[in-house]
Amino acid sequence: MSETIGMFGTSGSGDTSGFGGLVPSAASVGSSERPYGSYFDEVTDELERAYPEFSDAIEKVIVDRGELTLHVKREKLFDTAMKLRDTQSLRFEICLGVNGVHYPEDKSRELHAVYPLLSMTHNRRIRLEVSVPDADPHLPSLVEVWAGNNWHERETWDMFGIIFDGHPGLTRILMPDDWPGHPQRKDYPLGGIPIEYKGATFPAPSERRSYQ
Amino acid sequence: MTTHDSYASATDTTEGRVYSVTGGDWDSLVTEIGQTKEERVVVNMGPQHPSTHGVLRLVLELEGETITEARAGIGYLHTGIEKNTEYRTWTQGVTFVTRMDYLAPIFNETAYCLGVEKLLGITGDIPERASEIRVLMMELNRISSHMVALGTGALELGALSPMIFAFREREKVLDVFEMISGLRMNMAYVRPGGVAQDLPKGAITKIRETVKELRHNFKDNEKLLVGNTIWMMRTQGIGYLDLAGCITLGITGPVLRSTGMPWDLRKTDPYCGYENYEFDVVTTDTCDVYGRFLIRMQELEQSLRIIEQACDKLEKSEGQPVMVADKKIAWPSQLSVGSDGIGNSLDHIREIMGTSMESLIHHFKLVTEGFRVPAGQVYAAVESPRGETGVHLVSDGGTRPYRVHFREPSFNNLQATSAMAEGGMIADVIGAVASIDPVMGGVDR
Repeated sequence: MSETIGMFGTSGSGDTSGFGGLVPSAASVGSSERPYGSYFDEVTDELERAYPEFSDAIEKVIVDRGELTLHVKREKLFDTAMKLRDTQSLRFEICLGVNGVHYPEDKSRELHAVYPLLSMTHNRRIRLEVSVPDADPHLPSLVEVWAGNNWHERETWDMFGIIFDGHPGLTRILMPDDWPGHPQRKDYPLGGIPIEYKGATFPAPSERRSYQ
Repeated sequence: MTTHDSYASATDTTEGRVYSVTGGDWDSLVTEIGQTKEERVVVNMGPQHPSTHGVLRLVLELEGETITEARAGIGYLHTGIEKNTEYRTWTQGVTFVTRMDYLAPIFNETAYCLGVEKLLGITGDIPERASEIRVLMMELNRISSHMVALGTGALELGALSPMIFAFREREKVLDVFEMISGLRMNMAYVRPGGVAQDLPKGAITKIRETVKELRHNFKDNEKLLVGNTIWMMRTQGIGYLDLAGCITLGITGPVLRSTGMPWDLRKTDPYCGYENYEFDVVTTDTCDVYGRFLIRMQELEQSLRIIEQACDKLEKSEGQPVMVADKKIAWPSQLSVGSDGIGNSLDHIREIMGTSMESLIHHFKLVTEGFRVPAGQVYAAVESPRGETGVHLVSDGGTRPYRVHFREPSFNNLQATSAMAEGGMIADVIGAVASIDPVMGGVDR
């Protein structure tokens, strides 16, 4: 997460609150310790049993707010997904899509893709998270595993510029086909409104002073 | 920047380069078709078409009247709501997400608020009365949404009268919404921590009367459509999608339940206290448009049952709070509905302007700055009329969301169009799409 100084995220001027020197601490979530609680231990154990490369494939296991997140290496994403879907004791037969998140401060892991999974057989939910560097935004497509990911991956390409290798037709889906850039990225320039009042202009939302 | 784009041809004018987006691929399509000897016709249906359920574009490849390939083109109603919420406080987000799936605003709001509450770790602190009101509003909303699905679905297949009856009933539900929240649609009524205001006097009585009327009037549409030979011929065996197809495409809601799978988040993963209500999950095993139609018809009755139980509970919890007790999160003012619309309650204005400086400061800070949400991510889901509405929220610890993503059931389920329509007749694609009941505001966000 980004580090900001002061209450408003601006420096030099504008902050009259007297809190200009404050540096809010950025919380980083580390890997969770066992026992994870709930069904999370069972799910990780079963995956470990079914998937010998588990320790190599899973970078982090995070249990937060009653939800389990497995951070997967992108090379192993496809295999992990197959195991999660097909192993009898796991059976995550539904993937609820993929969602991108852009962390520009997280160097060489800027783009994250998040897959919420649902097992109807066991009534369980987990989440897969993969990160890719901005310079090489390639991920294996999971359309072969869950066909319903087709449009979700197109949306994530459209909005974040993550390229899903092996996707049957990776084209823009929400924005027009000739649209430049990927709007949901944090560095995407926002337009703002060119209103001039006595020489002052109205800045874009991302550049306005605001509480952080 | 682009040299050639089959979907958007460019022409240079005195005003600069102009792109015409729609239909720009027509020339290349015609040339392509001319080269093959098969008798193929490509029909471009929509995005402005009375039968495509909104601004949906269907590209249909036909051999005679049989569809060999169906593709759905979306994005015509993309409004960037997810991006917008990143520049508003967590509470203001409600007014944006309510406009996504505009036929099910309460479901969007509730899913979003459940997510924010999970991030804040206050899920257990939400007053029971607030959850009861949420359930009441959601089930009323399910009725108004299903009424549009049934009414427009029938209209698109050429049955006009059901639409008149359906919209008549929907108006009654919207009147209740107006009485409770001041608005008929896009209410922004559910807020992080509870709901915007308590039920007004006489609301329960009005709801009970409405329930009685609705239960009586639903029979009109039943008489018109259930068992109607023409309707059954148009819908039975049409838009077939079995359980395996639904699972691999991630389909939820009535389409999934029409395969006989009793999957309903209200039962399998209860939220807002749904475990305390008695109702049945309606299923059919026909996997077709008629089955989905029957499910929606019967879900209306189940919603009425839940509303009646919610009314009983609300009568008992009269006078209890509807907002979380934590003053650092709870919206400081109660709203009230006046003769000129919705606004801050006069008592609150009197307090902050006349008697208490501290209340004024508190109000100002919470309304302009908002509250901070601890960093992390959550996924929360509710059973909307169309399936699982999921919301993925990411917070960086600030007063504004870092990322808001809606997993819209309409968006996901619309992918099934090809599977349902291909191999069928062109007239049946309308029924298939109507049975998915996509709302383009939700699809494109």
